[in-house]
This record gives sequence, C-alpha cells and structure tokens, in this order.
Amino acid sequence: MELNNYEIIIGLEIHCQLKTKSKLFCSCPAEFEREPNINVCPVCLGFPGTLPVLNKRAIELALKLALALNCEINRKSSFARKHYFYPDLPKGYQITQYKEPLAYNGYLLIDNKKIRIRRVHLEEDSGKLIHTPKETLIDFNRAGVPLVEIVTEPDFRSPKEVTSFIEKLRTILIYLDISDADMEKGNLRCEPNISLRYNNLSSERREIKNLNSIKNVYQALEYEIEYQKNLLEKGERIERATLLWNEKERRTEIMRAKEEEEDYRYFPEPDLPSLIIDEEEILKIKEEIKELPEERKNRLIREYNLKEEFAEIIIKDKYLCDYYEDLMKLVKDKNLATNWLINEVLRVLNEKKIKINEFPLKITELATFLNLLSENKIPRGKVKEKFYQLAEKKIKIEDILKTTEIKQEKGSFTQITFSDIEKVIEEVLAQEKEVVEKYKKGKKGVIGYLIGEVVKKLEGKVDPREIREEIIKILEKD
Amino acid sequence: MDILKLKIRDIQNLIKRKELSYMELIKEVFKRIEENKDLNAFISLFEEKAIKKAKECDKEFSEMKEVPNLLFGIPIAVKDNIAYAQERLTCASKILKDFVSPYSATAVERLEEKRAIIVGKTNLDEFAMGSSNEFSYFGPCLNPINREYVPGGSSGGSASAVGANIVPVALGSDTGGSVRQPAAFCGVCGLKPTYGRVSRFGLVAFASSLDVIGVFSKYVEDCALVLQTISGYDERDSTSANYPVPNYLPLKSNLEELKVGISKDFFFEEMDTSLIKIYEDFFKLLAKNGVRLYEVSLPTMKYGIYAYHLIATCEASSNLARYDGIRYGLNMEAKDIDEFYKKIRSEGFGKEVKRRIVLGTYGLSKGYYEEYYGIGVKARKIISQDFQRAFERVDIILAPPSPTLPFKLGEKLKDPIKMYLSDILTVPISLAGLPALSIPLKYKIDNFPISIQIIGKPFCEKEILDFAYGIEQL
Repeated sequence: MELNNYEIIIGLEIHCQLKTKSKLFCSCPAEFEREPNINVCPVCLGFPGTLPVLNKRAIELALKLALALNCEINRKSSFARKHYFYPDLPKGYQITQYKEPLAYNGYLLIDNKKIRIRRVHLEEDSGKLIHTPKETLIDFNRAGVPLVEIVTEPDFRSPKEVTSFIEKLRTILIYLDISDADMEKGNLRCEPNISLRYNNLSSERREIKNLNSIKNVYQALEYEIEYQKNLLEKGERIERATLLWNEKERRTEIMRAKEEEEDYRYFPEPDLPSLIIDEEEILKIKEEIKELPEERKNRLIREYNLKEEFAEIIIKDKYLCDYYEDLMKLVKDKNLATNWLINEVLRVLNEKKIKINEFPLKITELATFLNLLSENKIPRGKVKEKFYQLAEKKIKIEDILKTTEIKQEKGSFTQITFSDIEKVIEEVLAQEKEVVEKYKKGKKGVIGYLIGEVVKKLEGKVDPREIREEIIKILEKD
Repeated sequence: MDILKLKIRDIQNLIKRKELSYMELIKEVFKRIEENKDLNAFISLFEEKAIKKAKECDKEFSEMKEVPNLLFGIPIAVKDNIAYAQERLTCASKILKDFVSPYSATAVERLEEKRAIIVGKTNLDEFAMGSSNEFSYFGPCLNPINREYVPGGSSGGSASAVGANIVPVALGSDTGGSVRQPAAFCGVCGLKPTYGRVSRFGLVAFASSLDVIGVFSKYVEDCALVLQTISGYDERDSTSANYPVPNYLPLKSNLEELKVGISKDFFFEEMDTSLIKIYEDFFKLLAKNGVRLYEVSLPTMKYGIYAYHLIATCEASSNLARYDGIRYGLNMEAKDIDEFYKKIRSEGFGKEVKRRIVLGTYGLSKGYYEEYYGIGVKARKIISQDFQRAFERVDIILAPPSPTLPFKLGEKLKDPIKMYLSDILTVPISLAGLPALSIPLKYKIDNFPISIQIIGKPFCEKEILDFAYGIEQL
C-alpha cells in the first residue's frame, strides 16, 4: 500500500563551538587542534577544589546569536549540572543550562516558513577519545570549550527544510563571526529527531547522532523516513531511541534504546551564581551585530541593483560577499562585474573546490581585468581564455595590460560591452517566445536560429560561441 | 612556660623581645606533634619546609625592628581537604591517598602571603562527611581532653591539634557543623564565616552551596586575625562575596550593646538534661552582666537536619563524580571502562561516603528530584526566612553547638541516624548561610568544656567576634 497521508515531523538540536580566546570556565586557550593535552589546567581537568569562572565573551557571543535568531533573552538565567560517566568528561558532569536558558522563543525564516527556536543556551564541550588498536587515549584540549546549543521546535516537514535551516544558520554564525561553523571539523553538530505520523499511528521520536555534514543529515533523514514509513505501514510500533548514522552503510543503527536512556540528574550548578543580563548589555550586543545576511542581501539588491537570485547566491558566503562588495568599489561596469563573479568566478571555485579566499586572483587584479573588458580592450574571442589563464596563474594581469596596449593602437576590436550582449539576448528571447518554448520542450536545435538573430542585432561583432553560451545559460536557468 | 598556649600576639611579643625565635617556635610545634602522635591529628607533616621557612623569618626579622604582621612566622595546621601546593591533598580518602595538589587554596595562599607557616595537613572524616572523625582512611583522630573520646568531625584533626596546644590556629571546613561541633568537643573556638566570606577555591567540594572554610583557635583574637587574612572576594570563586571586609581587630566587648536572641527551638528533647541546666545558668550569668536577652521563635529549626541531608547528599553525589581514577587518584587494572569505574569507586571510597553518594544519586534521579532535592531547597528557604524574621528583632542569636557531650569512639558508628543528629544544632545555620562561632564556656562536665554557638546576621562576623571576646572576659 502506498503511504500518502503521512506527515514528517523533525526537530533539531544543534551544537556550535564559539570562537572565544579562552575556554568557558577557565583561562586555557580554546584552541583544541593542538598537541594533545596542551591547553589544560586544574579547572578544566576537574581537579579537586577547583571552581568554574564564567567567560564573559562567551555570553556575548551566545547573546549575539540569540538576538539574530529573534529570541527573547532571559534576564536571569542559570547553569545546571548534567551528570554522566564517560572518560572524556572530567568532572563527571557537564555544566550546561537547563531550567533557565540564556534565551528562548525565537525563530528563523527559511523560504518564508517560520522555524521556531525553543531555546538557546551555553554549555561546555567534552574532551575527545582517541582509539588506537592497543589503547584508548584522551585529549582534554577540547574539554571546556564553549558551545552554544540551539533547540528548535519540531517544525520541519522535510529533510530539505532541515538542510536549508542548517545552511542559513551557518551563514548567520559566520556573519556574526561567532563560530567557524564547520560541520566536518565538528564546530557545528546537528542532531535531528524525527517521527512520522500516519493516520492514527505515529512513531516515537528517534534522535540521530554522528552527522558530520549537511549531506549526511539529509541522507540520514531520508533513510529514517523510509524506515519508519515501512514499519508504520506494517502497523508496527516505533519506540523512542537514539541512533547513530553509519556513513559507510548509509543506514541508522540503534545506539541506545528507550529503556537505556540515561538519567542525567540535572540540578542547579551551585558553583555559579545566576547570570543576570540587563537592558544595557542587550543594547550593546545589538550594536555589535552589524548586519545579518538577510539585511545584507536587501542592501546589495538596493545598492548594486543586484538580482535577488544573485544576491541569494552571494550572501551564502560572507567572504564571497566581502569580495563582491570590494570588487564593486573598483569596477566601472557593475553589471558586467556581477555577472562575471556569479558565472565565471563561481565556476572556477566549484571546479577547483576552493573557497573565495583561496581564489588566486586578487580583487584588484580581477577589477583591472573587468575594467579592461568593459573598455573592450580585450578581444572578445579571447576573454574567457585569458580569464582562465589568470585564474590558473598561467599569466599575470600585467601580461594582458601589455597586449591590450598594442591592440589599442591597432584598434581592431569590438566596441560592444558585455552587458550589451546580455541585453540583446534578452530582447531576442522575448521576441521569439515560440522558439524558446520549442527549445524548452527539447528541440535544442533551434538555438542556432536564436544565435543567428542575436548576431544579426550585434552586427556580427561578437563571437557566436560566446553568444551560444550566454543563451544556454539563460534558458537552462529557467 | 608553654609558648603554644599563648595568644599569637604574646608569641610575637616574645619574639620581639628576642626571648624566642621562629625556629624555636616551629621546633616546639613538631615536638608537640611527636608527643601527641597518638591523637592521629595529622595526615601529612612538612617539617623540613617549615623549618626552612622559620629560618627565613628569623633572618628577615633580625633586620627589622617590628614584626611585619601578627601572622609572620606563625605555625598553622590545615585540614586535608584544603589544597596546599605540591603537597598531598587526601581528603582522608583512599581514592586520593597519593594525590598531590598542583596549587594552593586561596585561603592558604593568603596566609602564606603573610608568611604564616603551614606545618601539616590534619585528619578529617573522608571528604568531610562525618561528625566524629572516625570515617578516615588514615584512622580515627582522638580527643585531646580524653583520648577515649572522638574529637568531633569532620574537622577533627584541626580541632584536636589546636585543643592539644600543638598549633595556635588551624583551618577547617564547615558544611553542616564540621568546624563548630569539633571545636565544642575539643574545647576551642571554631568559626564558620558567612557563606561566600572566604573563597572556596582550593577547598575540595562536599556540598558546594554549604561549604565554608573556617578557623580554629584558642583565643577569639587569634580567630579574628586569621579570618581577617583569609576573607574577601576572590575572582577564582564566583560564589565569594564582593563585600567589604571590616577590621575585626582590635576586639571590643559588645555584650551590653547587642540585643541577644535565645530560642526554645534549639533545645530539643534529645538534648542531655545536664546540658540544658548549664545553658540556663549561662543565660542568667549573661543577664547579670548586662546582656539584654530576648526570646525568639525559630519553629522550623527542627526541619534543618532533614533539609540538610537532602541537599548535602545530592550535591555530594555530584561533586564526587569526578573521582573516577582517570586523570588522577587511585589506579587499578580493569578489563573495560565500566569495570574500571566500579573498581575504583568501590575500593576508593569508604562506607559513609558511598552511603551519601547513593542517597544523593537517588535524590536527584528522575521522578524523585522534586520529592527530595526540591523539598530540601524549599525547606532551606523557609528556614532562612525564619532566621531573617528573628534577626529583625535581635542582633545575634545564641544556641548550643551540639545536643550531646562528646561521645566515645565507636559509640555511634553503627547508627548513622544517631551520628547525623549530632549536627542538628549546626545545620540550620549552614542552610541559611549565616556566620556562627562556637566558643567554650567556663562550665565543664566530665572535664569537657561546654560551648555556646553565637549566630550572626550575614557578614556580621565582627559583631560575633566582639561578643565572643566579651564572653571570653567573663
């Protein structure tokens, strides 16, 4: 039987390491990717008689996030101890927040849907076990590193919503400069809990741990949906459990069943007084929050006349956004530069699997190149070739400058700018709606006709291959 | 002349007059320790270090006209649940028997800044859990007044050492009466300051919301002197109070100035009748000396012991979770991590500690939290409010520190409830976080001096000390 009338219910628990200089409760550096057990002291090792002292910077960073997530701030929050025995937990308990979290009742919009945030609170990270065939070693460098935990309401109805949320949250974390938010490195850890409702039946929620990439989150949820669906279909019960994602075999496996769930024996941390946050503090933090991704997106659209879809792409990466804005200050033709960044620069980044800060062309170099281009000082047919040579570091921008000087003398290049081409193509496509329809239905051959029309309008001054690429790009995007 | 029976001020006067050197003083301390070895008051001794420090003090003093401060070169004993750098910190437990602390407690640091000399670490009930000092991995400590009797607990070693004139002053810790009760049993002064007055940094936690470092001395003045040094805010303890420390010295009797509360609610049925009689006499003596006494009502005192045991055991179960043998402490062979935990904690902790861990773990578990820890917290609040109301009418309150006279070794060992009841008159004060001083009176039964507990408002140690000084002069 096909299961049509079922509903997916997913909630998220996210842990994120905060970028503070020192740990949450002692003055050890919070850097943990060092030689094992270098950044430790009697406090974070849980020596007898030591006491925690709260790191003020961690509170500020967590407050920043809470405000960015539209949360209400608890004017008085408190810490609690969460008990369990594990060798990487020095005190036998983790200091966290329980009954009175730092912030609560927030939300984040993803594709115009409100995902409610139940709470945001501070806690300390544990150490790390290193298993070797012979023995298990413990590295306490990470013990006491500040974490912020974000708990959502079970508002997600599909794995896609979950991944969009995580991506958006990551962007915010990076914009606020409060975390590196790298899932692979464990800066950002997501533990979704998922249950299914089917007619009168529903499964109890199952929590999935050990997901170290957005892809894994997506796959694990897809897997769980299928798994729970099949069982519900057979009328079987699904009990609450904690699962591990087995990346190799692409399936979840039970880590702890319901009856094995631990009792953490929470109780108020007597070593730390209540955390009082006053209005002044909140105002100060609000001032520190310069611009959130959403605001920046709107500003980019306004300031640079950027298309929303492009703005959407750029704001996902704060550093790309910074690069873009710096570039805009240097170029003459902003439209050209925007298109070039979105199409060509991003293509190089994707192909090489690198980040914008690893892109070999400096902003000034790219700006020079684009300005030459907009002044038509680079022969049309050679533009991309030159660009890739630059990006591959095969030539330098100076080399191009030299050749353009010569060409300039000869005056043998086209006077048409890049945005002119785009404008003409759009005109032609608007005129030839029927032909465009045909293309979209699969008759790819008609593109020749469209290219011909564009070439005619441009009076043969542009390389048709370039026009073909542009047309395909526009049509395929729709 | 027995120099160790003297006030610190008088010792320093001898030094000033060159009738005594710091070296001679320290040598005398270690001679007394040797003579009283049977008391088992000490777990660790630092003779070599102490002598070296005394020598330095002598050398420095030879170039000075005045003693730089009253604690300069003065020997002090420290309870072995308070850290002293590079020395063992055993808490009288097998689990920490070889543990060496890499740092000193703030209180110890402050004493050392004044150049006081730590001569040794004193015996206690394991992790400060007990009222007789019989629950020590290093064996029981004895009462110097009568060696068949317990010195009280948990700071039995410090009380015994001061009582036996081994050291003029000692540090202890008081969670539910662990300074005041042994002070009473050994006939010395024992002060538990207001919660937060003295930094807990370096004091091994038993019940964090109740633990306070306290002072033992023979004279009120010496007690004030040590308190002056160890008090005050410490950024390493977020629960230490950022509240000014007044000058406790010089002491001045305030017997006739204060309104003094006494309460029937501290005289339980369980109390020895001979004791009740003595306290009646004492109150009459006070009245005769111009003290204004007022009867105050403290009806919730009787719930103190229950609230205390709920809260203290829960916190203890949490505080002792760190002793897992992994980073420090006892080590043993085991086939896996679960067996390792079981072996270390079964072997490493004594019976009383395990009893409290089990009780506390139960008290915090799901479904029981509200009934146990929750109720304890509520009762604590009500008891505090009771004191607050009483303190609207009076400045200090007097109460006996113990419902019984010292008991013999082994007498209450088989009956934990009876043992717990030893603290019935001290725990309510701990729950309310108030300061209190136990001071011996001139009355005696079977050679044991009877003591009175002077309870003050929060941070009113000065009033207590001045009042105690007045009593000392009677």
